[in-house]
Amino acid sequence: MTAGRRAARALLLALPWLVAGLLAGAAEIRPTRDYLSPGLRDAQEDPSRHPGWLWVEEGEALWREGARSCQSCHGDIAGMAGVAARYPAVAEDGALLNLEGRIERCRARHQGAPAFGYESEPLLALTAAVALRSHGQPVAVETGGAAAPFLEEGRRFYEARQGQLNLSCGQCHDDNAGRRLRGDVISNGLGTGYPAYRLDWNTLGSLHRRLRACSLGVRAEQLPLGAPEYLALELFLASRAAGLPIEAPGLRR
Amino acid sequence: MRTVPITARITMPASARKGEVVTVRVLVRHPMERAANAPGVAPTPRRILHAFRVTYGGEEVFRMDLSPGVTANPYVEFTTVATESGTLVFEWHEDGGAIYRREARLDVA
Repeated sequence: MTAGRRAARALLLALPWLVAGLLAGAAEIRPTRDYLSPGLRDAQEDPSRHPGWLWVEEGEALWREGARSCQSCHGDIAGMAGVAARYPAVAEDGALLNLEGRIERCRARHQGAPAFGYESEPLLALTAAVALRSHGQPVAVETGGAAAPFLEEGRRFYEARQGQLNLSCGQCHDDNAGRRLRGDVISNGLGTGYPAYRLDWNTLGSLHRRLRACSLGVRAEQLPLGAPEYLALELFLASRAAGLPIEAPGLRR
Repeated sequence: MRTVPITARITMPASARKGEVVTVRVLVRHPMERAANAPGVAPTPRRILHAFRVTYGGEEVFRMDLSPGVTANPYVEFTTVATESGTLVFEWHEDGGAIYRREARLDVA
């Protein structure tokens, strides 16, 4: 056997491993819908079967509700196209805000109304309705300038080993994406589908609620909803998802 | 007996030809609260939509009983034959006697 043929044979033998490596692999970050079962993926894109749209409908009603409604400043909710793709973002005062945070701040400052509260039904509904307007648009968060320190903090959180299981996010979502864990397929762990309707929850829920479940999964401390660590992580996840489509409202197992 | 509107998404064509089979998809927002009673748990009475009934031009075309095993925000799909222009009335019966109602119009050419 010549050296060339030997090398070719070695490559041929290695090929299945290379392919498996790509599918379950580290390098590429794919949209979460690629990891969904075909049934769930179809239902996610079908408003007649996706229960998350019940919240969208309520959110659109909330948008128009009241004397100082969202609509009275922003106009029709269609004007919110592309907004969700730019969040989380750093606000004028230097705070990192996600979409929920921006809506709450708008409510307090401009509508003179009490905050809805994280994970409350109206906030989820309004966030879903706004996020829907960016459905399919590529994620394009600002990562430089004032956002850079937050991004770095998020990266550190993502890469740090955590909890009793001593796992970092990437050990599941990069090294083992595409493989199965507890009856589901591990995705690249993007937040593009949130707020999402999870069949496990029987309701719509925020990304931070999902992150709390991740923390519990590795037996780490569950941080409160809206915690700065989760916000920074949300920004880092969005930077990982740069260019990938917004899937909100998502449908998850 | 009170009748209240409810958040629901009814997806069906606005018009159909006479004799055409029409698919109706219905999503309704409801927690479908199963009864819970166990040591250490605050007892919760059962509150689910236990029946779903649809009439078309006054005539019943679909009915189903829902059990505590049915998911929250249940999704139902059924078909009916377009006979004449009329209103489909969707009725959900909740434990405790409340009836939620929604309507949709079907024009038949």
